Amino acid sequence: MKILVCIKQVPDMESKFKVNAAGTWYDVTDLAWRMNEYDEYAVEQAVQLKEQVGGSDLTVMCIGPERVKETMKKALAMGCDRGAYVADENVHEKDPFEIASMIAEYAKDKDFNLIFTGMQSQDRGSGQVGVLIAELLGLPSISTIVDFAFEEGKVSAKRELEGGVKAQVSCGTPALMTCQLGLNTPRYPTLPNIMKAKKKELLSIDVAELLKVEAKQETAKIYPPEKKGGGLVLEGDVGDLADQLIQILKEKTGVLV
Amino acid sequence: MKALLVAEYRDGQLLNSSYELVAFAQQLGAESAMFLVGSESALPQYDGTLYLADSEKYSEFNPAVHKQLLLDVIAKEQPAVVVFSHSSYGWDLAPRISLALDAAHVSEVVDIIDDVPVAPVCNSKLRREVKAKTGQTVVTLQAGAFGLNSDPVGSPTLESIDTDAAGQVTFDGYEEAEAGGADLSKAEVIVSAGRGIGKPENLEIIEGLAKSLKGEYGASRPVVDSEWADHSRQVGTTGQTVSPKLYVACGISGAIQHLAGMKKSEFVVAINTDKDAPIGEVADVLVVADLKQFVPALTEKVQAL
Ligand SMILES: Cc1cc2nc3c(=O)[nH]c(=O)nc-3n(C[C@H](O)[C@H](O)[C@H](O)COP(=O)(O)OP(=O)(O)OC[C@H]3O[C@@H](n4cnc5c(N)ncnc54)[C@H](O)[C@@H]3O)c2cc1C
Ligand SMILES: Nc1ncnc2c1ncn2[C@@H]1O[C@H](COP(=O)(O)O)[C@@H](O)[C@H]1O
Repeated sequence: MKILVCIKQVPDMESKFKVNAAGTWYDVTDLAWRMNEYDEYAVEQAVQLKEQVGGSDLTVMCIGPERVKETMKKALAMGCDRGAYVADENVHEKDPFEIASMIAEYAKDKDFNLIFTGMQSQDRGSGQVGVLIAELLGLPSISTIVDFAFEEGKVSAKRELEGGVKAQVSCGTPALMTCQLGLNTPRYPTLPNIMKAKKKELLSIDVAELLKVEAKQETAKIYPPEKKGGGLVLEGDVGDLADQLIQILKEKTGVLV
Repeated sequence: MKALLVAEYRDGQLLNSSYELVAFAQQLGAESAMFLVGSESALPQYDGTLYLADSEKYSEFNPAVHKQLLLDVIAKEQPAVVVFSHSSYGWDLAPRISLALDAAHVSEVVDIIDDVPVAPVCNSKLRREVKAKTGQTVVTLQAGAFGLNSDPVGSPTLESIDTDAAGQVTFDGYEEAEAGGADLSKAEVIVSAGRGIGKPENLEIIEGLAKSLKGEYGASRPVVDSEWADHSRQVGTTGQTVSPKLYVACGISGAIQHLAGMKKSEFVVAINTDKDAPIGEVADVLVVADLKQFVPALTEKVQAL
């Protein structure tokens, strides 16, 4: 069985974000980078499927600047067999349609039985790329899965809906799944597996080879939201802070009386 | 300008969020028509044309079939914008439609400024104005971002629609959330633990404060996903909606899906090391501190009162 998993590298969301010089994206200097959280579940599910179906082959794909290779190495250490790296310094300027088209272009003649993506990326969070890849390839797709089983060529999955309700759905393969938080428990790469990952194949693919379409949208500008909260911000010594907060709760809420 | 609004139906009911699409069209000053795979037994209160497909026949969830039904209506109506909720139904169907139409597609729209949609970036720490380069656009709206000023009124003019399209995915039924566990809806005080607690042992600190305030403890999703707390404790779109007198968010960043579950709380206190955490937007008081030090200190002082 041939499996593809698509991952994105994103900054730590606890970072302080500044707008870049062009005013169209966040400034990328001084940020800590990690695997998009949703994609960790996608990688884990792909690895579990590979382990379930003997003789499987699992490729992890990522489009981005040189630094994304570090994140790809984590996926390789989790159990992917090879990396397909698309070098693109300007990935942040591509719209979801372009990203999906590039991945579909790569996948179109490779006969993947299953493709996994995250349901959304934490920085841009369009939640489009996965479903678009499937549509471009003419495959069935199930989005937002929180449960996945593969048996006799068929997928049974649960989609997460609002309010804790799930929908049970099934489809044949080849197919694409977009993965939601909590789908599984992503493994931590072990030291031996991190060492082994260093020797795994990391194919480099040129953007020009895959990019055959044009963007349908562009970022006009990006900025921090206006602070409308106007809440009180307290900083300082922990003991003093506790006293201050107790005073506020006594005055403003009926809780401490 | 014309907008086509894709209303939502679940388990035999029209979802109220469908009216947020109407509010969006009003804000845009657009004429509108509505699309629904549902039934005549639960029609929206809406003055306009409602293209209605029978959910018994086409199922409440069947992406390829709903896509074809919707594309047929779009071909007839020629809307400038096709509007969905950013929901499990909307974010699944919208990309299929935008691709088929070759239209720009902006997800999770929270505002519209001079006809340009605005979407959040990086857990709402930034906002992005997105310009379409295509004639038609598809948008999905963040839950709660647009609301009607008054109760919806009207009765739609029905046009029933059909298709021969075949599906690729089979819908086998709903699974309800497990009953039982904690009921947070009645608690007057909720102290919630987020990923910022760092490890399961630290949940005790949160429980301790909850007890001293005679309340319950809640949790954000990662805490539940990691099985540090029971799902019945989860606050948010895919957990419980709560409105206590006091909500204390400890180590919770304030993602929109969490806020949706607690923003009706009367008074919100957030404890976070990150001064810019989006929870600050809804907090009456943001205490910038390490919860591991601050929460025990607070608990001790509350107990001493
Ligand atoms: C469809 C969908 C549905 C979802 N439903 C829900 C839902 O129902 N409920 C929900 O909660 N989430 C839900 N989520 C997930 C949501 O998007 C966020 O990922 C989640 O809420 C983040 O949880 P968190 O704030 O605990 O963690 P994080 O976002 O990781 O934030 C941790 C916070 O802790 C702070 N922190 C770290 N260390 C400390 C310390 N020592 N002291 C104080 N502060 C510290 C950090 O500054 C940060 O702000 C959903 C997501 C999707 C896509
Ligand atoms: N640059 C990228 N390289 C590889 N996969 C990506 C990239 N961007 C997005 N994806 C995949 O598409 C999913 C959804 O992303 P998005 O549509 O941006 O929210 C992510 O979880 C990834 O699995």
